[in-house]
Amino acid sequence: MSNEDSPNERRDFLRKSLTLIPVVTLAGASLASPLSAQESSAKHDANKPAAPASHYEPSYFTAEEWTFLHAAVARLIPTDERGPGAIEAGVPEYIDRQMGTSYANGSLWYMQGPFNANAAPEFGYQLKLSPKEVYRLGIAAADNWCHQQHGKLFAQLDAATQDAALKQFESGKVAFEQLPAKTFFTQLLQNTKEGFFCDPMHGGNKNMVGWKLINFPGARADFMDWVERDERYPFPPVSIRGERA
Amino acid sequence: MKKADAVIVGFGWAGAIMAKELTEAGLNVVALERGPMQDTYPEGSYPQVIDELTYNIRRKLFQDISKETVTIRHGVNDVALPNRQLGAFLPGNGVGGAGVHWSGVHFRVDPVELRMRSHYEERYGKKFIPEGMTIQDFGVTYEELEPYFDFAEKVFGTSGTAWTINGKNVGEGKGGNPFAPDRSTDFPLVAQKNTISAQLFQKAATEVGYHPYNLPSANTSGPYTNPYGAQMGPCNFCGFCSGYVCYMYSKASPNLNILPALKQEPKFELRTNAYVLRVNLDSDKRRATGVTYVDAQGQEIEQPADLVILSAFQFHNVRLMLLSGIGKPYDPKTGEGVVGKNFAYQNMATIKAYFDKDAHHTNPFIGAGGNGVAVDDFNADNFDHGPHGFVGGSPFWVNQAGTRPIAGINNPPGTPEWGSQWKAAAADYYTHQLSMDAHGAHQSYRDNYLDLDPTYKDAYGQPLLRMTFDWKENDLRMTQFMVEKMKKIAEAMNPKALKVSVKGAGSHFNTASYQTTHLNGGAIMGTDPKTSAVNKYLQSWDVPNVFVPGASAFPQGLGYNPTGLVAALTYWSARAIREQYLKNPGPLVQA
Repeated sequence: MSNEDSPNERRDFLRKSLTLIPVVTLAGASLASPLSAQESSAKHDANKPAAPASHYEPSYFTAEEWTFLHAAVARLIPTDERGPGAIEAGVPEYIDRQMGTSYANGSLWYMQGPFNANAAPEFGYQLKLSPKEVYRLGIAAADNWCHQQHGKLFAQLDAATQDAALKQFESGKVAFEQLPAKTFFTQLLQNTKEGFFCDPMHGGNKNMVGWKLINFPGARADFMDWVERDERYPFPPVSIRGERA
Repeated sequence: MKKADAVIVGFGWAGAIMAKELTEAGLNVVALERGPMQDTYPEGSYPQVIDELTYNIRRKLFQDISKETVTIRHGVNDVALPNRQLGAFLPGNGVGGAGVHWSGVHFRVDPVELRMRSHYEERYGKKFIPEGMTIQDFGVTYEELEPYFDFAEKVFGTSGTAWTINGKNVGEGKGGNPFAPDRSTDFPLVAQKNTISAQLFQKAATEVGYHPYNLPSANTSGPYTNPYGAQMGPCNFCGFCSGYVCYMYSKASPNLNILPALKQEPKFELRTNAYVLRVNLDSDKRRATGVTYVDAQGQEIEQPADLVILSAFQFHNVRLMLLSGIGKPYDPKTGEGVVGKNFAYQNMATIKAYFDKDAHHTNPFIGAGGNGVAVDDFNADNFDHGPHGFVGGSPFWVNQAGTRPIAGINNPPGTPEWGSQWKAAAADYYTHQLSMDAHGAHQSYRDNYLDLDPTYKDAYGQPLLRMTFDWKENDLRMTQFMVEKMKKIAEAMNPKALKVSVKGAGSHFNTASYQTTHLNGGAIMGTDPKTSAVNKYLQSWDVPNVFVPGASAFPQGLGYNPTGLVAALTYWSARAIREQYLKNPGPLVQA
């Protein structure tokens, strides 16, 4: 087959394979237009909590935590001249949905004591806290720190002050009472990147905005005819459920 | 439970090979796998398997360490801490073991590395080997193993380019490796295509005077049927290789290449969710009577057997021997004992090169786990170590196995980890970068060893295995030397930026950062029961009806990836069982 033909055949295959996917999963897929997401992001103002990309109601996070989460991920992966950021990607929804998985309870990890919270970083994670607990304690501590420093909660600060606060948490220079600030920041950043780049079926990367940013083709997963070509891969991403960007 | 002729503990490559060989010999074989059944369908079905979050990030195919992990400490006087999250290494779980999620780099061995101590003493003198370095000879030669390397490649459907076949040069100028030992037959498949990153490496390595060759890959370059009748389709470079089940039937795995044949065999039974607690020994501890395991319902079950094969992952083999009382535990203070001795790893350094968006499109989402271009100019003893004062060598390569965005975004040095600058760099560089490794050999030392932890337990109340491990001066000197040699290749590519990751002076083992899953030793093979746990046929010196195949038998870590040698040694051991042991059960080598 010629190189020109193969991508079309690929698309044919993906289109045909859609018939095999249960209808219920398609109903759950976000079909919002990427344009509407970009329009809403263009109006984004760091002084106001960003509007969620959808009307998702959180299951784990409280209203206060949900406000913090939106404000924080909007700084970690901002909406800017390069395009949509964490908010348009649905990162808060992704993180909340993850809180219902075994990961969030720490049950993928060895969690028997005794615990040594002062271990050197070379020994990896040594805390007793699950990801859920890290968020509960960490968000409260972060908001508390912002209030002490600036008289406002994190989400009420301007973008530059929010960035400065996040840098303090990242560096570990800030002392939270019940957990290291750095542990909280590291988890938040990791989950934010997961929500920006995961397959959309997990609730993040809506409209594949993360994949489009870097030209990752998603679930195409057939590059036999592209291995030896030193050129830009021209086809937009597809998701596991068959959505096309 | 009805007595089996042989019970196999762990159904990865070594367990599957043993099961096939022993049923061929007419034995009734029961294989016990502690994880679940898993196979191309359903775990590897397209498109569900193309899911980075579920597979690599949430560790779907790896060992469930909530139930059992290892503890780690740097020195003999430290208190070990449990490895709570998988990091530096990723052992497998379930049917196929790590052979399901591996990449497929399928090497033989450099013959020098099988007689490491003898070779270094002969060429450089006894004093060249540093105090406390406990490297040994395997007790088996490349010539003895060659037929088994050859057969394993045919079972795996390996793609590659030979250098010499029976002394005749066939690979010069075609991608063969001039440092490779002689072969009896060619690779079953020609080498795979080379990615742009591998092509850049090949060109740059040639320019600086090195000798690039095609990596031998257990990813198929074309359709293939192996000696067991198992069929494979050509790899399409989907980029979801390491950490995933291959949906294309292209990456060799025990499930794809051996299990279909075993399923036809009425003498074979595979029991999953069977967690072996210990090997049972008779009262004088000279004979195994079978094993005890916990089934899916939590019941303890005894499986009697005449022959016990420990073919779990490297450190699980060692732990089972310690829990069962097979062989004398190693004591680093006296240097006596053998089980747990010579625990060794891999000594990695990495360089990433970043190109301008108009210079090169490396498209790293394209990939095949075993594919790439390498040089062996500084591997094994292919160069004079005399002036440099360290033991060990390292192949260098570009091995574009496929990188995905959650874990694979890698930006030039100095880029922040978040914010608009991070985002812009991710957009500008993700498809314009490549990564090369110095995949270093790692030596064994008197105080890098394995024993049972005094504090932490598994979900069944048994002690965890404890690793006492740290990098030594020799390792740090070697890796710094290697990275300088590899940097010449990187610089010859004229990149916009380079990022060099190499251990500096005084570096300690970091359990949180992935290195490789190439762990070695602890139940090492050799010629003397005082210094090895198993003989040259992988038979326990102390309990002769126990055989222990796997990288646990390596007295030190290789420059190459271990799976090819694990497979060859397992076939070699199985042949000794079939042709010698079954006729006259007892020690195959007299101590």
